[in-house]
Amino acid sequence: MDYLLTESQEQMRSTAHRIAEDNVKAVRAEYDEKGTFPWDIIRKLAEEELYGSFIPREYGGSGEGIFSVALITEQLARACGGVALAYSVNAFATTPIILFGNEEQKRKYLPDIASANKIAAFSITEKDAGSDASAVKATAIKDGDHYVLNGRKQWIINAGEADVYVVIFIVDPQRGARSATAFIVDKDTPGFTFGPKDNKMGIRASTTRDLIFENCRIHENQMLGKVGQGFRVAMRSFDFASRPGMSAQALGIAQGALDEAVAYSQQRVQFDKKISSFQAIQVMLADNAGRVEAARLLLYHLCRLIDKGEQKVTKLASMSKVLCSDAAMSATTDAVQIFGGYGYMKEFPVEKMMRDAKITQIYDGTNQIQRFVIATELTKEYARKSS
Amino acid sequence: MDYFLTETQQEIRDLAYRIAEEKIKPVRAEYDEKGTFPWDIARVLSDSDLFGSYIPEEYGGLGEGLFSGILVTEQLARICSGIALVFEGTLLGTYPLILFGNEEQKEKYLPRIANAEIISAFGMTESGAGSDATGIKSTATKDGDHYILNGTKQWITNAVEAEVYTVVCLTDKERGIRSATAFIVERGTPGFGFGKKENKMGIRASSTAELVFEDCRVHKSAILGKVGQGLRVAMDTFDMTRPVVAAQAIGLAQGALDEAVTYSQQRVQFGSKIASFQSIQTMLADMAMKIESSRLLLYHLCRLADRGDKDLTKLSAIAKLISSDMAMQVTVDAVQIFGGYGYMRDYPIEKMLRDAKITQIYEGTNQIQRLIIANELIREYNRSKR
Repeated sequence: MDYLLTESQEQMRSTAHRIAEDNVKAVRAEYDEKGTFPWDIIRKLAEEELYGSFIPREYGGSGEGIFSVALITEQLARACGGVALAYSVNAFATTPIILFGNEEQKRKYLPDIASANKIAAFSITEKDAGSDASAVKATAIKDGDHYVLNGRKQWIINAGEADVYVVIFIVDPQRGARSATAFIVDKDTPGFTFGPKDNKMGIRASTTRDLIFENCRIHENQMLGKVGQGFRVAMRSFDFASRPGMSAQALGIAQGALDEAVAYSQQRVQFDKKISSFQAIQVMLADNAGRVEAARLLLYHLCRLIDKGEQKVTKLASMSKVLCSDAAMSATTDAVQIFGGYGYMKEFPVEKMMRDAKITQIYDGTNQIQRFVIATELTKEYARKSS
Repeated sequence: MDYFLTETQQEIRDLAYRIAEEKIKPVRAEYDEKGTFPWDIARVLSDSDLFGSYIPEEYGGLGEGLFSGILVTEQLARICSGIALVFEGTLLGTYPLILFGNEEQKEKYLPRIANAEIISAFGMTESGAGSDATGIKSTATKDGDHYILNGTKQWITNAVEAEVYTVVCLTDKERGIRSATAFIVERGTPGFGFGKKENKMGIRASSTAELVFEDCRVHKSAILGKVGQGLRVAMDTFDMTRPVVAAQAIGLAQGALDEAVTYSQQRVQFGSKIASFQSIQTMLADMAMKIESSRLLLYHLCRLADRGDKDLTKLSAIAKLISSDMAMQVTVDAVQIFGGYGYMRDYPIEKMLRDAKITQIYEGTNQIQRLIIANELIREYNRSKR
């Protein structure tokens, strides 16, 4: 189908597709089993000039916006949701620097990220601050022209592997979340260490660890945006980068599962017929194809709006995240079902797809929180209309 | 939200919105109750140049393609999808003429349809040919320069009210569906009458009746397309009209959501607006999300259709399927949010629920749409393997 992509979008998509087919498929089972971080794929993406596609041209990227990230992520995730995540999180974590960084910070970090010399991670979540992000407790206390960081961030994707961390801290425990502030912390800063690797159900090629700050001193010029702007930094980055990226990951997983299911249903013979000729199977395939296509067209619309500079995308971004991740859960569960007993076995990729899919309904704001965001935006819209 | 509409599309949409709010809202309950056919609304639409928005300019329309048709349908259906059908059913009856008509046929009918002087209808379904359209039995037997039509077409939208009908009949019983041929038949042709006018659960402002042909003679110049092309006329038309049913479903779901959000902001229980309860918020969010995704898929489809893309069968079936399933869910939930009030005819919600059900049934049941989608998927897969 024609998605009305530009020529360069089309190219990035097909390059990412080729990398996924040639490079990712060959290693996905092993990386999943061993939890190997996909440095080779990241280098490959950089070689093909895809890694910095979203970074503005003046900082060494291709200036192709978030749409490019969505297209690349989707193609990678078709083959492996874990590898796709290791890629896409970098774009999400770099976005706060693009949006809120000063010239010096941009020069310092963006060209290195564009070439994959460095990769980035983002963290807000803590043990008791999950859906309720305003409950963050980690502190950055001013000390002359430095800040002293203390606290622990949890479940941070790319942690340990990344060189650049955008982290949200409270600068004034009295004022709480209103004093939340974003800082860029370099790996190897004294006082900054990592917890053990989390052992996960899926997306095992991506690394997830805690960030531990113990009297970690950083200079005030590492502050991103202004004091008290931490939530704004986080929310903008969620809307403009993370939700599109996570949506694309989920969408790719869904498409991959659907592709496998269609292919298998054409090969598998029962009652002397290909199982694709049974209406019960056709109904499952059709329902998933419908969900996937609808989710994709909404995500692409969201990316087009973001890239043309639309500011109010919160509602659509949340919708995209829920639709894509719910589509992924349904497409992968049904793919395992269509494969039957084989689907449950690790020789086939669909059980992994189902494991990978589950997290997409949970992270980046659970789907329950997304629905709350959508309803709140809706209510605001109607209140605005009637006033 | 910005849907990347052109200025003209935006104007068409706004105009249709205003007509729906000002002209349709005051009469929808009455027309639903009495089953009044909305000729007055057809005239209002033609006075605003909207009735033939999708008809090419050279035949008196705006030439704004399918996209304009779905924008108008969506806005009308937001207020009353029964009344929307006077526009939508005519679109269904007119697309065969646009797609397959010769110059003479187009000149004869399209300008009069564009200004709502007459309306049109399409007849394929028969008592034994529903989902299985190939089961039609009506015949058109050649007799010199004429064909003699016999048979009964069932559940035809706009029947009785329409002036011009495209009907598909078999020209050779032996060859069956391969001999299916489309004919244009005018009301008043001897031997062409109407059977039972249906009494329906919803979309009651639209007219649905049987077309009865008893030795009805039509000249061969009334053939639309070629002999044997009847099924193709129908299928190509459906590719264009499934999006319109999707638009009807989306419009009516949007209407239900609008009502539900407004009500949830007014209704107080346990000392709070019910909009503040998460169990209500989750319902509203799901409704809004499904509407938006159905709409964005439909708009993409119309962009592809209007620039001439072929092979839109899968996307067209997906649009119809997801939009109508969504409309059913949304209207059921809207009634639920209204609680007991929602069940009462004092509120527009129960009508929306009744109106929604048909969108899962007509223009190919959703079960048939799923088979179409699956078959297209399998074809795509086999093509990519080659």
